[in-house]
Amino acid sequence: MLVELGHFALMLALMVALVQGVLPLLGTVSGTHLTWLPHSLRWGWVRLARASTFLQWGLVSFAFFTLEWAFLHNDFSVAYVVEHSNSLLPKPYQFAALWGGHEGSLLLWVFLLGFWSSAVAFFSRSLPLSMVARVLGVMGLISFGFLCFILSTSDPFVRVFPPAMEGRDLNPLLQDPGLVIHPPMLYMGYVGMSVAFAFAIAALLAGRLDAAWARWSRPWTVIAWTFLSLGIGLGSWWAYYELGWGGWWFWDPVENASLMPWLIGTALIHSLMVTEKRGTFKAWTVLLAIASFSLSLLGTFLVRSGVLTSVHAFASDPARGIFILVFLALVVGSSLSLFAWRAPQVAQGGFVNLVSRETFLLTNSILLCVATLAVLLGTLYPLVIDALGQGKLSVGPPYFNLVFAPIMVPLIFIMVPGSLLRWREAKLQDILPYVWAPGLGACVVSVSLCAWMGSWSAGVLGGFWLGAWVALAGVQQMVLRLKRPGRIGGSFWGMQLAHLGLAIVVMGVTGVKSFEVERDVRMGIGDEVQIQAYTFKLIGMQDVKGPNYQAVRARVQVLKNGQEVKTMLPEKRHYYSSAMPMTEAAIDSGFLQDLYVSLGDALQGDTPQWSMRVYYKPFVPWLWVGVLVMVLGGFLAALDRRYRVGYAASNAQGVLSPQTARA
Amino acid sequence: MTKRQKKFMLIALGLAILASVTALVLNAFQSNLVFFFTPTQVFAGEAPKGRAFRIGGMVKASSLVQVGMTHEFVVTDNEREVSVTFTGLLPDLFKEGRGVVAQGELDNTGRFVASQVLAKHDENYMPPEAQHAMDAAAQRRAAQSLKP
Repeated sequence: MLVELGHFALMLALMVALVQGVLPLLGTVSGTHLTWLPHSLRWGWVRLARASTFLQWGLVSFAFFTLEWAFLHNDFSVAYVVEHSNSLLPKPYQFAALWGGHEGSLLLWVFLLGFWSSAVAFFSRSLPLSMVARVLGVMGLISFGFLCFILSTSDPFVRVFPPAMEGRDLNPLLQDPGLVIHPPMLYMGYVGMSVAFAFAIAALLAGRLDAAWARWSRPWTVIAWTFLSLGIGLGSWWAYYELGWGGWWFWDPVENASLMPWLIGTALIHSLMVTEKRGTFKAWTVLLAIASFSLSLLGTFLVRSGVLTSVHAFASDPARGIFILVFLALVVGSSLSLFAWRAPQVAQGGFVNLVSRETFLLTNSILLCVATLAVLLGTLYPLVIDALGQGKLSVGPPYFNLVFAPIMVPLIFIMVPGSLLRWREAKLQDILPYVWAPGLGACVVSVSLCAWMGSWSAGVLGGFWLGAWVALAGVQQMVLRLKRPGRIGGSFWGMQLAHLGLAIVVMGVTGVKSFEVERDVRMGIGDEVQIQAYTFKLIGMQDVKGPNYQAVRARVQVLKNGQEVKTMLPEKRHYYSSAMPMTEAAIDSGFLQDLYVSLGDALQGDTPQWSMRVYYKPFVPWLWVGVLVMVLGGFLAALDRRYRVGYAASNAQGVLSPQTARA
Repeated sequence: MTKRQKKFMLIALGLAILASVTALVLNAFQSNLVFFFTPTQVFAGEAPKGRAFRIGGMVKASSLVQVGMTHEFVVTDNEREVSVTFTGLLPDLFKEGRGVVAQGELDNTGRFVASQVLAKHDENYMPPEAQHAMDAAAQRRAAQSLKP
């Protein structure tokens, strides 16, 4: 019964989303059009925006939690629960199993869209009501599209008769704490990009692309970017420890799908800053906002339509793929048409000097867009060729590595001068004092790291130097700023920490790519493998039982210079509900390196032997630390008090405040 | 510099970056496309020598032989066969009689030396390339049998 109520609530939400998407937007159409509508009625419609947003989110939440209830109570009369859950599944995974499949993950998408819309409705008290109505209206339309998609092609509330006795269980690969947290964070980022998009469209509709618009849009964009960073980082970490072969980035199309909105989102954050501070790059900023959300939708399309086959692709139902493709075409087509119609009127470009912060930020935008296009080419080309019937091919990681690094190197290099130079007109000699000391320090750091690892090459030295340069320049700026009096804004810390985090990631990537050692070996009890200073010794095998699986567990003793440091316990699991074995790697993380052991199959032979992966992975922890520092920076920047003060200031001037708008 | 010169410099800078990156991208793209061939195509000599490509099909039943860490098996599309050798750990989902995709090169004896064996994340999953190879062979057989 409850499930039917949830289903019904979702249908109601569709209707409310239509109201939210249409009436407030109509209400804001300028006075010279639709003159037959009474003014009071139109303001009523405009004021409907907030109420309908909250109502829509409430209804979607109700639907979401009824499905959650069905999962937690093992209601195997619901087809989706049967497909993705099992009564033996631990409770946290039953909860997370909701987004373990296609239908539920779309429900999560809409639920988070409702959350973002409501957050905009709630935290926009000081924005002009007409602007709020436009933003929420655009988000209502997006929500309407997704609700149509769910209800027409991907309904998670369908019952089965007779009810199943037991569920088919969640894909063992997904039974991991990663599932509980990675998809919601990634979706927070994907869906959050819709706020930046909605603000851009609203600004185009209103015909005002100005500093105020950029200032409203900035914190939302930054926070969406922050969630996206966290989501991507978590996904990478999950793949690293769960897939059992020690990779943390595969250039898998699904990863690329999340990387592209991140790259464009990064460009957008920087471009919004120029628009706010200097009033230029307006049209470019709007384009980036449209692009970042379109790429989020493309990501959803790629991942959910079954065009790509991977752990993320659940079903290949052509109707779904076509729906998303049409939806994507509508969103991109209509927003670009609006852009072409409106941008020339509202965006007058300012003039930019060659040596100025603006130039560096423009270069940043170009490089990020080029990187995105390169990734897009490598991701879509095989799909297009296949769709045209021109044969099957794939674009491997070597392409992406070869292309991505040369684009990233200049991008990272200009981070230091870009963040030091002044706006408008700057002199390069002004920043020299803040550049050479970190540069020298970075030389020391990179040489000593190479000496520590005992291996040298120009690439490694360069990579370490670049990362250390950015990091040390940032640290110097932070120290200098702390010495000066005055309150330091969150956006200062945000920028410095985000740059510092990226620098740590750069050094981590350099280190792990250059120094990792991977050994695939066969081992019997008592056998040893030597990697660097570490000796790995297999000392035993045992059978263990989990809640819904059986496993073989190896005991591997790790010795460093003859001293025992650790016992590692990799497992090979067999889940009862699935014929497929699962590798659970054992990972020992330190400050500078990870030790990674995963268990393969038992081998044929006279004495019992197993194949094993024994990996030495230096600098991997730096990747996760770097991402966390970036995320911390993102949150600090988004919470900067200036944005709230900014609202108050625009109120004080009485520019289009809610009161004047209502009057 | 005058305003106009500065603007020109700025545009020139942007174009220079774009041009060099485009050249880089297209060059890398050209040399890193990995094409796919079915066992029948490999038998017919359509596959390149000295360049990596992918093959796909079924792992032939009881063809798997392990010597140390080296695995030898036969990939078939039920029409032609290619013997494959791979050193390393096979993925969890690798099984005889199941679909497989491998990436590698042909050696002088016509054996396929795989650098990577792909089997994906679901027990019921058939790699699309492997499926494609089986379907193509089945279609040819059907066409053959229709001929008088």
